[in-house]
Amino acid sequence: MKFTKLTALALSTAICAPAAFAADMADEMTIVSWGGAYSKSQLKAYHEPYSAKTGVKIINDESSAEAVAKLRAMNEAGNVTWDVVDVVAADAMRLCDEGLAMEIDPDTQLAPAPDGTSAADDFGDLLVSECFIPQIVYSTTFGYRTDLVGDTAPTSVCAVFDLEAYPGKRALEKRPINNMEWALLCDGVPKDEVYNVLETEAGQEQALAKLDTIKDSVVWWSAGADTPQLLADGEVVMGSTYNGRLFSVIEEQKQPVAMLWDAQVFDLDGWIIPAGLSEERKARALDYIMFATDTQRLADQAKFISYGPARKSSAPLVGKHAELGIDMAPHMPTDPENAKNTFLYNYEFWADYRDDIDAKFQAWLAK
Amino acid sequence: MSDTTDTGPVLAADGTPLKRSLARALRMQKLRALMLIAPLLLFVLLTFILPIVDMLFRSVENQIVSETLPKTVVELQEWDASSGEAPGEAVFAALAADMKIAVEAKTHTRLGSRLNYEKTGLSSLFRKSGRKVKRWDLAEDAPFKQKFIDIDEDWGDVDVWRTLQTYSPAFTNGYFLNSIDMQKGVDGPEARPENQQIYITLFGRTLFMSLVITASCILLGYPVAWILANLPSRTANLLMILVLLPFWTSLLVRTSAWKVMLQQQGVINDVLVWLGLVADDSRLVMINNQFGTIVAMTHILLPFMILPMYSVMQTIAPTYLRAAKSLGATNWTAFWRVYFPQSVPGIGAGSILVFILAIGYYITPEIVGGTKGVFISNRIAYHISSSLNWGLAAALGTILLAVVLLLYWAYDKIVGIDNVKLG
Repeated sequence: MKFTKLTALALSTAICAPAAFAADMADEMTIVSWGGAYSKSQLKAYHEPYSAKTGVKIINDESSAEAVAKLRAMNEAGNVTWDVVDVVAADAMRLCDEGLAMEIDPDTQLAPAPDGTSAADDFGDLLVSECFIPQIVYSTTFGYRTDLVGDTAPTSVCAVFDLEAYPGKRALEKRPINNMEWALLCDGVPKDEVYNVLETEAGQEQALAKLDTIKDSVVWWSAGADTPQLLADGEVVMGSTYNGRLFSVIEEQKQPVAMLWDAQVFDLDGWIIPAGLSEERKARALDYIMFATDTQRLADQAKFISYGPARKSSAPLVGKHAELGIDMAPHMPTDPENAKNTFLYNYEFWADYRDDIDAKFQAWLAK
Repeated sequence: MSDTTDTGPVLAADGTPLKRSLARALRMQKLRALMLIAPLLLFVLLTFILPIVDMLFRSVENQIVSETLPKTVVELQEWDASSGEAPGEAVFAALAADMKIAVEAKTHTRLGSRLNYEKTGLSSLFRKSGRKVKRWDLAEDAPFKQKFIDIDEDWGDVDVWRTLQTYSPAFTNGYFLNSIDMQKGVDGPEARPENQQIYITLFGRTLFMSLVITASCILLGYPVAWILANLPSRTANLLMILVLLPFWTSLLVRTSAWKVMLQQQGVINDVLVWLGLVADDSRLVMINNQFGTIVAMTHILLPFMILPMYSVMQTIAPTYLRAAKSLGATNWTAFWRVYFPQSVPGIGAGSILVFILAIGYYITPEIVGGTKGVFISNRIAYHISSSLNWGLAAALGTILLAVVLLLYWAYDKIVGIDNVKLG
């Protein structure tokens, strides 16, 4: 009796399994992102259409800033509660290294471009890690107060280091990344040698020495919202932050602020799927990713925020801002007019040197 | 009983010796009491004590190296770092075998990030090598030494191997050395290069600023508590709300409010410029430095000082002061000799609360501290959430905990912990 029951069970599972697998996806998912205007743009461009299409309930969590540490803790506790996580590329690499993120095969798990180009080609070099699905290209760049810089508006990033021409405070991020590169560039190091120089002890000293010349005039920020606020209050003359934040200060809040695109540092932001999800949650997460990173969806996000879509095929589809009605293309960091002199965040370099240079940078800051 | 000649034990009503019977009754009572608090005790133990112990334990834990590269670690014991040459083929063969397994389990990159805290470049070395080793065949592709060096010449670097050897034991004092600005050198612990020393400074600064904050809380809180305790209760209750209202307000809101007040284009500077006390081009710098942190944290922690002081002062009978004065004491003598000594337990309780809270604060210093006003806790937070160097964070946290316990002990010796009252 017992035996027949078991056999029946096994048989029915075997028969139902393939069918169940296709339909068996979790009907609720938690998506982690950065909050603010950025999460809103994802809500409009990805979450709402996806929920409308599939009926899935999407829960938003705004923990991206601590995503790496939290995922590690969740993984150790054996209870990962997130399904899809929005992180910057450097964090995605670390998550991949730590075995906390799932590897993605772009050819089978991401949608091809409308013209049939494979996702791998469409994303191209931006697939910087096996676990990372790029979403946007953003840049860290400077904004300045048009009314506080005198008659000659700054055109070069080196204006940051020029206290005579542009007196007043500057806002810089409280970490070595980007600041060290800019310091070397403005200390006469050619662009293509910056990382070679920064590898050496002497190069690190040189960068810190250059930063030392403006140390007393720097306000150090740690949250992306700080610089826009400091600029709006007139606390600083110029400051670095993410280009989307500056866009909203300039176009949405109409503050007397302008962009200094020179030597902007490109960086990527995108999705990862945590390792160790149950089959049905994994299937749901992959289905979401397939939907949310296709050509049209990536272009749609640019209607709400001034970050460039990561797919080549999305660029021509970028239109006007959904609420302001202004053309978004000229506000993209990737626009040819803005991208005359750019810098690409060197992931490999910083993965290796981050701890070492950060220790020196923090010791220098505390002096 | 006293005149009885029987030397046998006193018996209880049921015939068992009274002593045992009593002990059993007491034990039952204790057990019952323990059962009553058991849920809470277990809860605290499981959700609070154990995680903390587990976290602190990471400050010495280092199994990752010997777990990921078990064969290499054994082979490497023979190698002499002072020989100036990279180890021989045996070690490289063991490394190839270990890496092969590690790559399958994807643990090699994890080890790379762990070792990168000790030597820059190991993170990419392991990532890069992993990709190549994956395609090797252990039986056919030997010898491996040259192959590894072909992947990256760093595998021929003595320093890389020395790092691996130094960190192969299952436990390490490396994190603790790092958190007091030292490192594991060739011949034992040595000081870090000066341009990397930071933690001792930060520990000192944290202690100093916490003391200043505690002192300013006492100075500002004492008069307020005194007024509250001596007003008629109707008015006192009303004023109490003024103390409690900020207490109930979000920490972030209060910190940001200080930002608005103190910044150079802020309210205080604007008023000073308007009054003509400060020139427009030399506005005071009151934030993003130690001053800003001390002001904001004093304000935030003030209720923790006022409340215990207030409740202690309420219990001091006003008749004592009147008696002192009627015996000829001046106002000051009466206060200093009679009132103040009785209010000390309140100051003690408030000080301990404020000091211990201050020493672990990190949100406020992060927002208003700039570079000179940050605490050790800001570095701990950085290592937990950004650099993921949890071992170092745990070591720093352990030291901070030990310092607090030490100060508590010193306080107990000097002032006496019995002399602390919350009301």
